[in-house]
Amino acid sequence: MQEILADIGHWQEAGKRVALATVVQVYGSAPRPLGAKLAVSEDGAMVGSVSGGCVESAVIQEALDVLSTGIPRLIAYGIADETAWEVGLACGGTIEVFIETLDW
Amino acid sequence: MNQANQRSESGESQSKIFNTVAQAIRQDELCAVVTVLGGPGVGRKLFVRRARTMTAPQRQATDDSGSAVVGSLGASALDQAASARAEAAMQARQTTRIALPIEGQEWDLLIDVHLPQEVLVMVGAVHIAIPLVNFAKELGLRTVVIDARSVFATPERFGHADALIQRWPEDALQEMNLNESTYFVTLTHDEKLDTPALICALGHPVRYIGALGSRRTHAKRVTALRAAGISDEKIARIHAPIGLDLGGRSPAEIAVAIIAEIVQARNWSEEARA
Repeated sequence: MQEILADIGHWQEAGKRVALATVVQVYGSAPRPLGAKLAVSEDGAMVGSVSGGCVESAVIQEALDVLSTGIPRLIAYGIADETAWEVGLACGGTIEVFIETLDW
Repeated sequence: MNQANQRSESGESQSKIFNTVAQAIRQDELCAVVTVLGGPGVGRKLFVRRARTMTAPQRQATDDSGSAVVGSLGASALDQAASARAEAAMQARQTTRIALPIEGQEWDLLIDVHLPQEVLVMVGAVHIAIPLVNFAKELGLRTVVIDARSVFATPERFGHADALIQRWPEDALQEMNLNESTYFVTLTHDEKLDTPALICALGHPVRYIGALGSRRTHAKRVTALRAAGISDEKIARIHAPIGLDLGGRSPAEIAVAIIAEIVQARNWSEEARA
């Protein structure tokens, strides 16, 4: 969290809305641990990471959707999931990511 | 689930949680954010902190003094149970996801533990410390260099360090918050500077202590520490000779050996906790 606070602060000061994605479950080997975070501004800028690059672009899309609907999402990425296979994790693990609007 | 309603129910206190969390993290406070991951009230937050981990100046700077809990997950029984679990997670220093049964309902919660910023404290603004600052920063550690000797502790040599403190190490250390996220090394070879600094560090739960010097130097140091009343158990916490044995000689090579040992201490102890 520490490493993404400054960017989040700058975005909020500029009046931009921010979504926050957090790794909430890790099965098997995964590049980022439980609690790892990626923040996304409403114009699509990002800071932090949830997977070391494997699923970030998919998470950014979801984050922008979450910003527009205001409803948090819990999404699994990994080899067990058909759709996630397309963006899959190279390491073969599975992660679950919670994506929410940072309005709390 | 109507999100707009949820937000208005929770009212103003909810909008302040993130600012409080951000402030606590910036102040290197051990704290935890609990989030409801599913079901009614998804996204709700409870922020749990332990005031006693703060130093005096931090406590003064905290606006909502005394309140250990901010926000709500929606029910007081749930808040109480969740903050107890958050306390345990902070103790274990481990972010964790739990299923918490309360009043016939199971709550899917993330307890996100925020550890204080990791810091490498270097006593001795010597040659080895120059590359060591670089390596430590690359690993995400804040770097603090302490040396009373103005010839060594110059901004020209240590402009890249996050903090350069030109004072006697034992004085400077007394004002610092040395905790489980602190890595501590003495690099001066000078007993007058190293030994009091080591005594100070040994009085705190720091994650790693290393002391530069040969086996012979360390044997002398052990004698001095024993004479100062330090127990053998505590003395055994000191990594000396410092660093993994990479066979290096140059300052940069020794700095690599030191940082490698720090990485080992960081990861092995975390695995042991898991």
